[in-house]
Amino acid sequence: MHLTLHVWRQKNGDDSGGFVTYDAPDVSEHMSFLEMLDVVNEQLITDGIDPIAFDHDCREGICGTCSMVINGSPHGPERATTTCQLHMRHFKDGDEIWIEPWRAKAFPVIKDLVVDRSSFDRVVQAGGFVSVNTGGAPDANALPIPKAAADEAMDAAACIGCGACVAACKNASAMLFVAAKVSHLASLPQGQVEREQRVWRMVVQMDEEKFGACTNQFECEAACPKEISVSHIAKMNREFGRSVRRVG
Amino acid sequence: MSITVEPRTAPRSTPGTGVPDDKIPSGPLEQRWEKHKGQMKLVAPANRRRYSLIVVGSGLAGASAAASLAEMGYGVRCFCYQDSARRAHSIAAQGGINAAKNYQNDGDSVYRLFYDTIKGGDFRSREANVYRLAEVSTAIIDQCVAQGVPFAREYGGHLSNRSFGGAQVSRTFYARGQTGQQLLLGAYSALARQIGLGNVDMHPRTEMLDLVVVDGHAKGIITRDLVTGKVERWAGDAVILATGGYGNTFYLSTNAKGCNVTAAYRAYKRGALFANPCFTQIHPTCIPVSGDYQSKLTLMSESLRNDGRIWVPKKHGDTRPAHQIPEDERDYYLERKYPSFGNLAPRDIASRSAKEVCDEGRGVGPGGLGVYLDFADSINRLGEKTIADRYGNLFQMYERITGEDPYRQPMRIFPAVHYTMGGLWVDYNLMSNIPGLHVLGEANFSDHGANRLGASALMQGLADGYFVIPYTIGDYLAREGKSEVTTDHDAFREVESQTTERVDKLLSVNGRRSVDDFHRELGKVMWDYCGMGRTREGLTKALERIPELRDDFWNDVRVLGANEEYNTSLEKAGRVADFLEFGELMCRDALEREESCGGHFREEYQTEEGEAMRNDKDFTHVAAWRFQGDGIIPTREVEQLHFEFVELATRSYK
Repeated sequence: MHLTLHVWRQKNGDDSGGFVTYDAPDVSEHMSFLEMLDVVNEQLITDGIDPIAFDHDCREGICGTCSMVINGSPHGPERATTTCQLHMRHFKDGDEIWIEPWRAKAFPVIKDLVVDRSSFDRVVQAGGFVSVNTGGAPDANALPIPKAAADEAMDAAACIGCGACVAACKNASAMLFVAAKVSHLASLPQGQVEREQRVWRMVVQMDEEKFGACTNQFECEAACPKEISVSHIAKMNREFGRSVRRVG
Repeated sequence: MSITVEPRTAPRSTPGTGVPDDKIPSGPLEQRWEKHKGQMKLVAPANRRRYSLIVVGSGLAGASAAASLAEMGYGVRCFCYQDSARRAHSIAAQGGINAAKNYQNDGDSVYRLFYDTIKGGDFRSREANVYRLAEVSTAIIDQCVAQGVPFAREYGGHLSNRSFGGAQVSRTFYARGQTGQQLLLGAYSALARQIGLGNVDMHPRTEMLDLVVVDGHAKGIITRDLVTGKVERWAGDAVILATGGYGNTFYLSTNAKGCNVTAAYRAYKRGALFANPCFTQIHPTCIPVSGDYQSKLTLMSESLRNDGRIWVPKKHGDTRPAHQIPEDERDYYLERKYPSFGNLAPRDIASRSAKEVCDEGRGVGPGGLGVYLDFADSINRLGEKTIADRYGNLFQMYERITGEDPYRQPMRIFPAVHYTMGGLWVDYNLMSNIPGLHVLGEANFSDHGANRLGASALMQGLADGYFVIPYTIGDYLAREGKSEVTTDHDAFREVESQTTERVDKLLSVNGRRSVDDFHRELGKVMWDYCGMGRTREGLTKALERIPELRDDFWNDVRVLGANEEYNTSLEKAGRVADFLEFGELMCRDALEREESCGGHFREEYQTEEGEAMRNDKDFTHVAAWRFQGDGIIPTREVEQLHFEFVELATRSYK
């Protein structure tokens, strides 16, 4: 198929950037979206044009590196699909595709479609862990955990930290990302000791990173490639309320 | 920098000065690690902060090591090329992690896990290392649970296990199909905590480009900031490489796109021995290649073989769709050849058998490079719902990539490069022959021999990082004392200027072909001649072709842009330049190992039935290669493997 791409090009964080149009004349339906961009880049290199920079790594939908807004949707039109797992059979001959980076104050653009998501790391560093040193852990079966709790923890822990939730949100809120970690650990007995401090510290850091507020639009859930439920946000709000009483 | 052309034929290597002491303790196998721990020197808690350690890589091995060492009080700097430590490729492991917990009361034990691993590795690994791995496996599970890793559980609240990759006990712990992700996020959270506490200085989007050796000891590294291009020097009391495997030498593999051999290969060029580079694992259940644009291969968890039956048509060139091929015209070749293990035959055997039937012209799908993995019988027996519960996410992934529905028609699968058992040579302390340079996880060679068992990579990465290096590094530091070397030392200046020169050279070639174009061509040479079946003739051809390709690369590669910017072509160019040298080392190692063992199958050495024929008399050893200079054949050092506790047996899965 023959496609027309409008790609956001931005030399670096200081550049204002803009869309540049490229022709993709020979796209196979079996290509992934990133493979399509690889082919476009090969042609650009041949033509002496700087290839389009985009983040990617595992290309199997789990590392959370790939990040682009395709026709207005983070990771493109397919539900529960990362860009690297999006295949061109979901597009048709003659389509025009608009490709942009995640847009959020907390995710500054590095180049083209590549953004800096270190704000997510700092939120986790603030409290997204169980403070246990290596060694001396009790036997793994010493503490039975109800299957339902383990499953709920796993549902939340499946978050790949890609940032699509932030990119989808009109407020650029990171609530779904932060809630996924808070909920994961709050569901487990191992997470109880630091339960109040954890949510408190993570939320404070989230605000410091200039993520926006949550206004319950649920765009985040719709965009999440791992279908993390907004119910975790409700849970985090309860956890936060609890911590305000005890920590705040 | 001088690029020398190597001779066009492949003369034999000469033996060198041998490998250093492997430091393996003596005594009964089950007491060795305990005894060794008791004898190693310690660094007192108050003194640890004086030492600064460099950890390269933030996967299971790197993150667990960096976190554990920082918890102990060492100053740690950690580097990764990804934008966050959480994205290292360990995250993609699906199936699970082995541990000798024997929670299922089905006869498992440390000894049995040890024996299975030694046997699975085709008797090409060290008894003592493997025993230690099995021994510490149980503590890994405890540690991960304490961190909040949400392993699968039974209704009673206890941990669930499954049998994996043909193991005859259920010792594999898992978190849905995302075990690697959950274990990595556990290690990442421990690392994040130490970063937040100021005990680890983390450098994402930073790539190690060289190792700095001063007076024979590893004293630091040179890195390039992938965003700004800044080349920097870092000094430390020890360097720990946890930089993963080199599967991307083949271009197409299940590795992440960024996985590379550069850190390990640069260490090799600075004198570290590279052990068994030809031992690569080809995983049997991957989605076949669909076109020239293919950028990577996707693995489908091996657990699928628990309920899927593998077959091809009996007739050559049979192009009928699967459902039109009657039962008696199908060849369930694994069940036929290996009645006791059947579809669960180990990875190397399953992969090779798939290649055989495709070579015979009985492969299915485009190009005849695929075999069926059929769930029809299981769906009839257990119902679609049960199969969906077990494999729903994998079926979905398959459909997403191929556009075919595996509930209605069999999956098509084909082997793909997945893991590399070879790596930098290390002693029992996980230290290379360069004192101070330690190597963990897939980047070292020590535990999997010639073939790795399923669910053992995660185990080894975490064993090395959580439970081995925290003990052994103290022994080195205590003996060596605090390093006086700073980044002002001449050695740093020299290595940095070599790094910068190399970057400049890559940018100045300004030829016609893209980096990927060269990488693809190298990959094809490697796959054709150093893949599932290797021959003297093919390897000799590869040893002629790779140096030619390398010359072409340095004369005709096109890398646009500058160093001082985010430049993905430049990143890739440096990595591919190293693959172009390293591929040759793999072929050389494959050529000189004149036997078939594990993932290394030399077609000249097989039984009449086509099974691998090991040569224990001449090759019960580790081949460790020592760099001698560009354009000079490296020397092949030999570490004899001693089997004191197990008897060398022919692996039989019939």
